[in-house]
Amino acid sequence: MNRAPKWLRAVALVGTGVLALTACGSKISKEPAPGRASGKPCGTVTIAVNPWVGYEADAAVVGYLAKNKLGCTVVEKNLAEEVSWQGFANGSVDVILENWGHDDLKKTYIDQQKVAVEHGVTGNKGIIGWYIPPWMAKQYPDITDWHNLNKYADLFKTTESGGKGQLLDGDPSFVTNDEALVTNLGLNFKVVYAGSETALIQAFRTAEQQRKPLLGYFYEPQWFMTEVKLVHIALPAYTPGCDADKQKVACDYQPYDLDKIVSKKFADSGSPAVALTKNFSWSNDDQNSVARDIAVNKLSHEAAAKKWVDAHPDVWQAWLKS
Amino acid sequence: MVTVAATAGADRPGTRRPGRGLVVAGTAVAWVALWIPLHGRHTLPLAVSRLSPLHLWLNDLRDAVDADRSGNPVLGGAVDVARSAIDHLVVFIGSLISEPSYGRPVPVVGWLGVVALAVLVGYAAGTWRTAVLAGAGFGSFGVLGLWQQSMQTLALTLAAVAICLVIGVPLGFWVGLSPRGERLVTPVLDLMQVMPTFVYLAPLTLFFLIGPASAVIATIVYAAAPVIRITAHGIRNVPRPTLEASESLGATGWQVLRTVRIPAAARTIVLGINQTTMCALSMVTIAALIGAPGLGEVVVKAMEILDVGTAFAGGLAIVAMAIVLDRVTTAAAAHTGSRTEPTPRRRLWTLAALGASTLAALHLSYTFVWAAVFPGPQPAGVIGGHVADGVNQATRWVQHHLVGVTDAVRVVVTDGLLNPLQALVTESPWYLVCAVVLAITWTVAGPRTLPVVAGCLALLVGTGLWRDTMTTLAATLVATVVVMVLGVVVGVWMGRSARVDRLIRPTLDAAQVMPPFVYLVPVLGLFGPTRLTAIVAAVVFAAPVAVKVVADGVRAVPASVVEAAAAAGSSTWQLIWKVQLPLARHSLTLAANQGLIYVLSMVVVGGLVGAGALGYLVVAGFSQRSLYGKGLAAGVAIVGLGILLDRITQAAARRADAPQPQ
Repeated sequence: MNRAPKWLRAVALVGTGVLALTACGSKISKEPAPGRASGKPCGTVTIAVNPWVGYEADAAVVGYLAKNKLGCTVVEKNLAEEVSWQGFANGSVDVILENWGHDDLKKTYIDQQKVAVEHGVTGNKGIIGWYIPPWMAKQYPDITDWHNLNKYADLFKTTESGGKGQLLDGDPSFVTNDEALVTNLGLNFKVVYAGSETALIQAFRTAEQQRKPLLGYFYEPQWFMTEVKLVHIALPAYTPGCDADKQKVACDYQPYDLDKIVSKKFADSGSPAVALTKNFSWSNDDQNSVARDIAVNKLSHEAAAKKWVDAHPDVWQAWLKS
Repeated sequence: MVTVAATAGADRPGTRRPGRGLVVAGTAVAWVALWIPLHGRHTLPLAVSRLSPLHLWLNDLRDAVDADRSGNPVLGGAVDVARSAIDHLVVFIGSLISEPSYGRPVPVVGWLGVVALAVLVGYAAGTWRTAVLAGAGFGSFGVLGLWQQSMQTLALTLAAVAICLVIGVPLGFWVGLSPRGERLVTPVLDLMQVMPTFVYLAPLTLFFLIGPASAVIATIVYAAAPVIRITAHGIRNVPRPTLEASESLGATGWQVLRTVRIPAAARTIVLGINQTTMCALSMVTIAALIGAPGLGEVVVKAMEILDVGTAFAGGLAIVAMAIVLDRVTTAAAAHTGSRTEPTPRRRLWTLAALGASTLAALHLSYTFVWAAVFPGPQPAGVIGGHVADGVNQATRWVQHHLVGVTDAVRVVVTDGLLNPLQALVTESPWYLVCAVVLAITWTVAGPRTLPVVAGCLALLVGTGLWRDTMTTLAATLVATVVVMVLGVVVGVWMGRSARVDRLIRPTLDAAQVMPPFVYLVPVLGLFGPTRLTAIVAAVVFAAPVAVKVVADGVRAVPASVVEAAAAAGSSTWQLIWKVQLPLARHSLTLAANQGLIYVLSMVVVGGLVGAGALGYLVVAGFSQRSLYGKGLAAGVAIVGLGILLDRITQAAARRADAPQPQ
């Protein structure tokens, strides 16, 4: 290396810079970005986005409408469930769009601290239960009745289940009675904790592709159901109160009416977004179609929301009426 | 073959004292003999949904703190000041490089300006090589279509590292100079490094709200320890003669620190900064769970839909950032040592030219759209989409074609090794395990380590999670054995050849900072949600440390010794086995110690992919309010296990070193 090439390089660098400087390029304007609609005052709506795709579908559509039809500034915050509830207390979250039960959190933040209020149901029915891949239901038609599970227990043995059949549980954020259920129903199974939704979905995907036996805890609505339609196992039917004692429970999981929670402050704000979130209600099929566009067709949230909004004006127009 | 030689080498110091190996073997035999009649009794099990009185009490404590937080003005005031200071810092850095700010639709500095700055800093810290690497690394963010997310992560990381240094370097001085400081701070640092983040993540947002401050503080808690430890180490290990010379000239303590200790320790301190930066980057996916924007969010979102390709692209950007920051700080460290000579003229000119170009680039990126917004298709960038598709295809192929082999491997490893070991550990009565651990401690580590080990065992029993702890312990031990085997094999290979080292090192860096779920989804497809998948995760994360430490140790063996042995007619295997490994013995024990600690830090990730036990409980405690106390207890149990294993291996290492004249 001698002096000349290095000098040349430096000169070239500066030269390029000066050339580009004088070249015509579009300049950055100081004005705020376009797209901020005028009209009714809406202000800022902060939506907590919990980490599953069904919730993201809700948030995408509500956020799209709030932004484009009401002119709100929408802030989405990706948060774990309990952290979102904490956000009500300190004003950093306005809306939770899909809440699964959480009676303990309702007690703390709605009844005791009075910082949040219930905001109506989403119309989605949440189902929790035991599922098998569809190939098994076809091959062993009577397996969907829990009485017959012991007959097939040997099929479900794995290296993890200590000589018994394996019942695979998933995401630790979901309430599970499975250990008690196995004991109280006298099943020759052992609960194994997959530990995350990702691990559970991958396990079901592998089981269907390679025709491996698998019994696991799962839930609907869930985008994965549109890829592999898992089959629900019928446990003894749920009756109100049958799960009161968590150690003696011997019945299926309570069906959830998924609901919305908003902060007290937001509910009293008079923003047009309050009516939108209050009226927001759609079917499991609606949510699944948006979730499928996000998860399988890899659309951006905005594009997936727009696609659904354009196709269902009658549904969402009702939400905007206050 | 290599494995056998390597393990034998590692065992040599132990076998040199005739009694020790025998006693350990005798203890093991006695354990199995007692296990046969006693197994299944007093194993202290606790079902996942059950809570002990301690767990309930911790829940109540959490509720009390939650209710009291706004009522305490002093605490509230201090917390508010800290929060708003950190929030402002992050928002300021963000407005410069990542967020639309000051009424503009784009940040103040666009991509061209940031890349030019990276090149300038790379050259100033090192050579043209580092400059080009820095430019290419930062350029890759845009090419992957992740420019803004990368800048968000960079802003958060820079803020966290800056605060770590402001707190950590002075604290490191204190710890290095005062034995009392060391005694006080070391246990706190252990706690900060081993306590799983999930345990304090939710309480943190209670105090510091959802926002940048919480994410930065979570990062600091995990990442501050290395800079404190390594600074203290550097300050403490300044050569005696240098210090005595300066003291004999009548320098005061402060003068000695400023003129002798700090300059002599500067290189080491920069290495501490380097480690802290790496740790901060490994937190980005966890920070994404409390609303921190950036690359972590990309990975988390992609994992929800098992989109390995997109997650990999996000992980790749994190790896690129880590490698750039690592090489630049490492180059700066090397540079710091040779500050005494004047900088050559030519270098000064180049710096001036680069500086001028950078100013021009900054101006351009402030003014023009093309220099502000990274060009290329949205949202996946020029190659981001191709990377994602390629990785997705490769993942499908691997899962489709290898699953037969991996099934067999899983059955052999689980039934042949893991299940018997786990049965031995979990089915033994708790007092039997305690007795065995104490006996082994006495033998390999000496009586002085007994009190702390006994304390840890008592803590583990006290958490009410004894059986889960034993399950975790079994998987941890298996993972550590694999880590050591890999560490010795690859470490020796790298230590003996600089070329191999250059080839392998980037892979090791990638394995350390790539978010685990990116590679765990393919592994899940192969091994299912099992303990083996968790062990693979721990090995991928922990093996690089062991490999690097062993490689350094082998390289540090004096060349003259190796040459002499080679001249005496030793074969390559004899060289490795009889000369290099024994002389690198200290590195081997250090590698085992670090390997164990790193394996333990993956217990939580293991819980997310099928290992159950403590890792699962920690995450469950984070996500279910009623399980909070149990999750906290599980976190404490992981810390107890970590301190126990750390103190035993460290004391054993000191003992193994003792017979040597040095």
